[in-house]
Amino acid sequence: MQRPKWLDQDRIKSFFLGTRTRYGAIFTTVIYTVLIVIAFVYLYPLLYMFITSMKSPEDLLNPMVQWVPTTVYLENYRKAFRVLNYPRTFLASLQTSLLPSLLQVIVCSLTGYGLARYRFRGKQLLFLLLVATFIIPAQTTVIPQMLTYKRYGLLGNVLSLIIPAALGQGFRSAIFVLIFYQSFLSLPKVLEESARLDGASEWRIFFSIALPNAIPAYVVSLIFSMVWYWNETYLTVIFLEGGIQTLPMQLSKFVQAYENLYPPGTVNIFDRLNEAVKLSGTFLNILPLLVMYFVLQRWFVESVERTGITGE
Amino acid sequence: MKKTRLSRNEIKPATREALQGLAFVFLWMLGFALFTLLPLVQTFLYSLNQVTVTAEEIQLVPVQWANYARALFTDPTFVDLLIEYAIETLVSVPIVLIFALIIALFLNLRFRLKGVFRTIFFLPVIITSGPVIRELVEQGVASVPQLANLTIITQFLTQLPSYLRAPIQYLLTSFIIIFWFSGVQVLIYLASLQKIDPSVYEAASIDGASGWVSFWKITLPALSGTTLVNAIYTIVTLSHFSENKVIKYIYSQTYAVQGGIGYASAMSFIYFAVLLLLIGGIYLLIAPQTRK
Repeated sequence: MQRPKWLDQDRIKSFFLGTRTRYGAIFTTVIYTVLIVIAFVYLYPLLYMFITSMKSPEDLLNPMVQWVPTTVYLENYRKAFRVLNYPRTFLASLQTSLLPSLLQVIVCSLTGYGLARYRFRGKQLLFLLLVATFIIPAQTTVIPQMLTYKRYGLLGNVLSLIIPAALGQGFRSAIFVLIFYQSFLSLPKVLEESARLDGASEWRIFFSIALPNAIPAYVVSLIFSMVWYWNETYLTVIFLEGGIQTLPMQLSKFVQAYENLYPPGTVNIFDRLNEAVKLSGTFLNILPLLVMYFVLQRWFVESVERTGITGE
Repeated sequence: MKKTRLSRNEIKPATREALQGLAFVFLWMLGFALFTLLPLVQTFLYSLNQVTVTAEEIQLVPVQWANYARALFTDPTFVDLLIEYAIETLVSVPIVLIFALIIALFLNLRFRLKGVFRTIFFLPVIITSGPVIRELVEQGVASVPQLANLTIITQFLTQLPSYLRAPIQYLLTSFIIIFWFSGVQVLIYLASLQKIDPSVYEAASIDGASGWVSFWKITLPALSGTTLVNAIYTIVTLSHFSENKVIKYIYSQTYAVQGGIGYASAMSFIYFAVLLLLIGGIYLLIAPQTRK
């Protein structure tokens, strides 16, 4: 009698251990277990933040309520929204991240192009300086800059972030130069030469051949640059304090700002500052980035893979 | 055929190419001089002076190396913070690297829902900002849930000498946050994994190498250069992070009556030196492993 097909030893073996072309059940289970555990590490703080921010003061005090709040309580968000002065700080953050990052990406792409496509002496030195700008801590350069801005009345003005960015010295510029360097290096020289034979100028070659071929690098750089500027607090506190209040800056003063709006002595016990309100503020802070990320994520991930962000 | 000669006021092709190249990098060079080199020199000068800023001018009183001496020998907190920073960095770097490598290896496999997992794993790239992380640490979300508060562990920790206790405590309380610093490193590893030629693996498996062997003999050696890049990236990110205690201390001293700009400048140069030492140490550790 022939054994049923599913009892065939080879089939069972290949089901569990896999074949040359597909993974076995054991390995697949391992993969998913590890992936889910790691995903949990990343999602846990976000989930905790989101769920706690939805808790009413009663839920916060109730030890039975861990992961599922009894009611959908949006009062925390209403308060955090007011304390953060959200519309205003949001626009300030948008302005201080969008403008410098645009200029930074443009200038870094020009620099990367120059390094990748032309031979000139001192290039090694330039690379060395480039890496140096990445390593040098901002603390060793920020004070004279601050004093200079102060002298010209630029403290608290978005120009104090824009000017360095427009000269290739924005936040983590070296990384972007290296991304563009890699990206332009892989462009075939033939394209450029034939354009040159046709009489195109160097600028023309850059704009009509190099730039369109490096769109993924531009996408990745722009996203990274915006996110890093958005999240930056050290430089923004020093350069913008008193003039522009960005969202993360306001978040770091959350307690103080809250007590200005809801003085602790006068409000009732439910309006005291608690962690739910704080976490609502934190969540509002990263919400724009989350939205941007989920909208652009497919594009972003593909671009990352196509640029091969390594600066070896 | 007549040889074309360059006329007197025509420039040589090589020179022209150099000039064109320099034209593209000119803005960057100007920026480097104005916004990196000049402030660096100025900060160094400040560090050798007692600096007072008045409404009109900046007064400098030379004190030679007194600011440095004060930071290293009299300030009770600065050196402690520096040592703590160095230990925390050295503990974090291997964790970040191993973790990033594991994630990258897994993301490089074939499985379903890849897009979903990738989206989740790149989240830290977007969210890692000072105030957000601080808020998460304050709320205790950063630690391994409940583990840090177990009585057995706290009792075990009190038995340990302090140089061992500090890193372990740091690990327990910031475990999750350390992972959050591995976002970009995952990207870098992933990109370089995808550059490895699949035919190398095929050849190895035909010769009878198991997946395990080919990981150690093919994948890891191919990633050694990337590991160096990632290690340096990790050290620099951790050191520049705005919630870093040394940075916060230097910042607080900048505006302090006792400290002032001169003292803060001296401390930032010492900090820079320690950062370079850490990078140099890691470089010497990893560089011999990299293939040319």
